[in-house]
Amino acid sequence: MTTIVQPQPQPRPTDAAEGSKSLTPRPGRRYPFRSAGRATANVVALVAAVGWVFPVYWMLNSSLLPQRNVRSREPSFLPVDGSLDSYRRVFETDFVNSLRLSATVTVLTVVLTLAAAFLAALAVTRFRFGGRKGFILAVLIVQMVPVEALFISQFKMLEGWQLLNTVTGLTLLYVGGVIPFTIWMLRGFVNGVPIELEEAAMIDGCSRLKAFVKVTLPLLAPGLVASGIYAFILAWNEFVVALVIMNRPETQTLPVWLRTFIQANRASDWGAVMAGATLLAIPVVIFFLFVQHRMTSGLVAGAVKG
Amino acid sequence: MSAATPVSISVIRTADQRPAQVAKRRRRAMPYLLLIPAVAFLVLALGYPLVRQVMMSFQEYGLAQQFGQPAEWIGVDNFSRLLGDGYFWLVVARSIAFCLVNAGLTMVGGIALAMLMTRISTPIRLILQVALLLAWAMPHLASLTVWQWLFDTNFGVVNYALTSWFGLDFENHAWLIQPLSFYFVATVIICWMSVPFVVFAVYAALTQVPGDLLEAGEIDGANGWQRFRLITVPLIRPVLLIVGLLQIIWDLKVFTQIFVLQDAGGVTRETHLIGTYVYQLGIKEGNFGLAAAASGIILLLTVGVGFYYVRLLVRQEDEL
Repeated sequence: MTTIVQPQPQPRPTDAAEGSKSLTPRPGRRYPFRSAGRATANVVALVAAVGWVFPVYWMLNSSLLPQRNVRSREPSFLPVDGSLDSYRRVFETDFVNSLRLSATVTVLTVVLTLAAAFLAALAVTRFRFGGRKGFILAVLIVQMVPVEALFISQFKMLEGWQLLNTVTGLTLLYVGGVIPFTIWMLRGFVNGVPIELEEAAMIDGCSRLKAFVKVTLPLLAPGLVASGIYAFILAWNEFVVALVIMNRPETQTLPVWLRTFIQANRASDWGAVMAGATLLAIPVVIFFLFVQHRMTSGLVAGAVKG
Repeated sequence: MSAATPVSISVIRTADQRPAQVAKRRRRAMPYLLLIPAVAFLVLALGYPLVRQVMMSFQEYGLAQQFGQPAEWIGVDNFSRLLGDGYFWLVVARSIAFCLVNAGLTMVGGIALAMLMTRISTPIRLILQVALLLAWAMPHLASLTVWQWLFDTNFGVVNYALTSWFGLDFENHAWLIQPLSFYFVATVIICWMSVPFVVFAVYAALTQVPGDLLEAGEIDGANGWQRFRLITVPLIRPVLLIVGLLQIIWDLKVFTQIFVLQDAGGVTRETHLIGTYVYQLGIKEGNFGLAAAASGIILLLTVGVGFYYVRLLVRQEDEL
């Protein structure tokens, strides 16, 4: 739990503190009646916080309770005499198989997306060429196309290429889906590194390539990590395409596996279902906390997928 | 001498121009080379399916074609069949209504919480932020799983709380078999999932609103609502627009939430929105031509809203 509380309290801590100070004048000075208002606001905020966190808590709680407490008219609100038994039952299913598949597809998606998007971002930031603006606009428009409106023909396409239920087919669609936003995001990062730095290194005798590798690349590392995490989260969570493309029981990614697992156990074993959901959520929640501050600004500045 | 000079110059030029020109040409080809992998992925994963889908929507593409018969061109038959079907219109109307209600509630809730965050004490704000962040970070499938468990008929905590804390008769109440209550649950879930992003985006914008402007408004006698409407909203308008458009786009194409809840309730015909209807037509019934035509309509709706969003984005950037 500690990792969850620590990182990045808010988008801009200093601004936020200043903002709230100026928006809410100090109680007791000119606006004595405000302190009552603030107390009410605090209470409302706490209630909202409980409302938002409760489902997450309930998932953990139910996954740790023994089966008889899960299936009981009186819900147990705390995992007293908790056990990891539900998790054991998850590992007795195809979970491991799906985990392996999801991990493979996710890693491939991240690597391929970063490589291709990075080169494209370099092209549109470091070079002036005919069709540059057209390409950027095309990228922005293409990412408007929701997969919900495209999976019919993507299914037919992969069927024709004998790529249904394969890692290759799914990865291809994932890379295509994530790459527009990744290019847009990396473009911002590369623009943030002034070309003069590279030129200075070239004057000092570096080749163009060496200047790039020694000077620009290290400065881009945070941008690459953030974009990689973004691709990771999307590929790991993706449901629609996986549902359509991976239609055999032995080739289910984790989200699709979880759906099948609920259907099989909804009447009998919610504890194990919650354990499965927890296992699906853990890696994403951890990674998400690292990128959340970029996530907000990134979405406002150009992501539609999410 | 005067005639010789240009010659010698031209000799010198051709001597070292060749490598220079090659280098220049290579530099000119470079950006295109760098774009090849990205363009290849985009064309294979999005471009080709898009073209193929448009073609398919003008073809007879049903089960017979699945088994090898060539697809026949049938003009706009798929579209006229869809548009002549009252049920399709019902699904479209439902989707639009569902989208507007959800996007509206999400925006109102998100803005309200963001405003609230500007006037609560710091520790409480941190608690609220962590809670929202956790909800936002959850994978959709994990969230949907939990919410099904919360609304479970027999052992769900919602039924328990309504029955034993509020004295209502919700024992063994099935939430997902009646369309209105199905949409109610879906709306609760979607708001829970989408409000955090709105809060963080709007709160970040609110912290940029200068406090002295609000104070000046207050001195001039504007009440809280007037200050919000006349000072805050115009200042954060760009963020509100972009976030609102994103909500509309997301809620128009909503699929996963409805699809997974349909698993639980078992009622599909009465609860289909356009995304799940396309799945039903294409993947379940094998009617790919019709499904492609129906997808075309989602595409038009979302890309239509999307164009506006892209225009806003491009305008925001000083230079592409």
